[in-house]
Amino acid sequence: MIKGIINRSILIGLILIGAVLFLALAAPWLAPHDPQQTNFEQRLLSPSSEYPFGTDHLGRCILSRVLFAARISLFIGASVIGISFIAGTMIGSISAYAGGIVDEIVMRFVDGFLAFPSMFIALAIAGIFGGSMTGLIIALSIVEWTAYARVSRGSVLAVKNMDYIAVSRMMGGRAPYILRHHILPNITSPLLVLSTLGMGNVILAAAGLSFLGLGVSSAPEWGMMVNEGRLFIQSAPHVMFFPGIFIVITVLGFNFLGDGLRDIFDPRDTKQRWRLF
Amino acid sequence: MFAYLIRRVLFLVPTLLLVSIISFSIIHIAPGDPAELLLTGPDGVADPQVVEEFRNEMGFDQPFYVQYGTWLMQVLSGDLGYSYMTDQPVSKAILHNFGATFKLAVASMLFTLLIAIPGGIIAALAKDTWKDDLSRFFSLFGVSIPNFWQGYLMILVFALFLDILPVGGYGDGGDLYHMILPALTLGTSSAAVLMRLMRSSLLDVLDHDYILSARARGLPEYIVIGKHALKNAFIPVITMMGLSFGYLLNGSVIIETVFAWPGIGNLMVSSIYSRDYPMIQGTLLFVAGIFVLINLLVDISYAYLDPRLRYDKRNN
Repeated sequence: MIKGIINRSILIGLILIGAVLFLALAAPWLAPHDPQQTNFEQRLLSPSSEYPFGTDHLGRCILSRVLFAARISLFIGASVIGISFIAGTMIGSISAYAGGIVDEIVMRFVDGFLAFPSMFIALAIAGIFGGSMTGLIIALSIVEWTAYARVSRGSVLAVKNMDYIAVSRMMGGRAPYILRHHILPNITSPLLVLSTLGMGNVILAAAGLSFLGLGVSSAPEWGMMVNEGRLFIQSAPHVMFFPGIFIVITVLGFNFLGDGLRDIFDPRDTKQRWRLF
Repeated sequence: MFAYLIRRVLFLVPTLLLVSIISFSIIHIAPGDPAELLLTGPDGVADPQVVEEFRNEMGFDQPFYVQYGTWLMQVLSGDLGYSYMTDQPVSKAILHNFGATFKLAVASMLFTLLIAIPGGIIAALAKDTWKDDLSRFFSLFGVSIPNFWQGYLMILVFALFLDILPVGGYGDGGDLYHMILPALTLGTSSAAVLMRLMRSSLLDVLDHDYILSARARGLPEYIVIGKHALKNAFIPVITMMGLSFGYLLNGSVIIETVFAWPGIGNLMVSSIYSRDYPMIQGTLLFVAGIFVLINLLVDISYAYLDPRLRYDKRNN
């Protein structure tokens, strides 16, 4: 019974993510119109066969914009998670393996970042960069990497003094070799769960910052589209509705997958999500 | 316990020092000169002479550590500087806006508990049935919905369509009528997470031998659950409530913008838009201070509830 539920969560997650990924990759072929093409005679049209999701205040096709925006969100999510994963895991595992004063300094540094509510610091950094995709990726990476540093540090500390590590050391294994071959394979499962849930959180935060006008503005982006649509909420609610539903589907996919994976790897770890956005 | 307290508080000193460095230096992270950036308006770069004067006046021409040192000394004496925009003291604006955020957070927390505790208990007792699945789906949905979008959907339904609640604003000093929609939106994701925690915590407790023995003694199920299990299952939930209070601050950034609620998140967003550096620095320092304080209280309450933790040198 339990097994069935786990598989179902992962399955639902994979289907949702797969669908969004497909729509993102196939956007140029699926989109019925040019996402940036304005048409002032066709402003704020309700959904029709020509414009399945209607048009926005500049007469642009919302379906086409939503499809192209999927690329942006997935790209931002993957970049931030990639950067945070690599930087955080390296810093955390080296810090734990080295121990002593190095570990102390690194961990105080991480504590310093964790002391901020993440949205405030991301907002400040994205704002200082003046609203650009690079600024957004930097801002979200700066708040995201600490989670990976902490988890990888904790996992390394847990296996560091195991006998098989001591044996490897006695046999002349050097630190980088031991880290890569004996320690990293042991910490992949918590990090996998963390990065899956992290994808959802980062996409949500990126949409939030873009909604505030501090993220992507040159290309269609879901959060920005909701922001544009809010002015016409009464006369044309579809303008803000469709981008939002796509955010929900995408983030739900990653959360289902992460939740299912967590049940497999560590059924007791319920606290992790709290550290994220 | 006392030794634990002292140690825990002393550990805060380096953290707070780092927090102050991050808060202060974040405005220097972007390439370019802050004085020039600030005075660059829609018509392009300002007169170099004006920029130079402003730079002198604000101390941007000093080396970084001198600027930081001066700022830190001021902060330690309780002075966070003055807003570039309104000339109002930063500390006054922050305290004023924090009151509104605090009010909203308390309301959200009440809503969170009202949903999460019964929901989590039902899910745990009906483990692996459709009720449990439903609660799992709602939890995942609750953390996946973007709060700004949810906010507008609530406005659309309750304020525009049904016309029973206001679209936003602070009303008469933040009355209940104006607080309902933002509080519900803000509380959704924490309700979702806390419901899951309540479920897993109760399931953990139900695994213990003393529950088995209570049942073996023939006690009715409502006594076993209500008296023996729930009391212990609440410990992690209460602790997490403290933390989730801090996380409501994160949500306040967007919710307060959507509902025009004059809180600390709203203050932060408007200070970012106007590049009001002293206000940005002060707000960052303040929210981090609140966060650190909440974590301290959570740790202390944990150590109080579970004496084993007092002897651990540090948690990893």
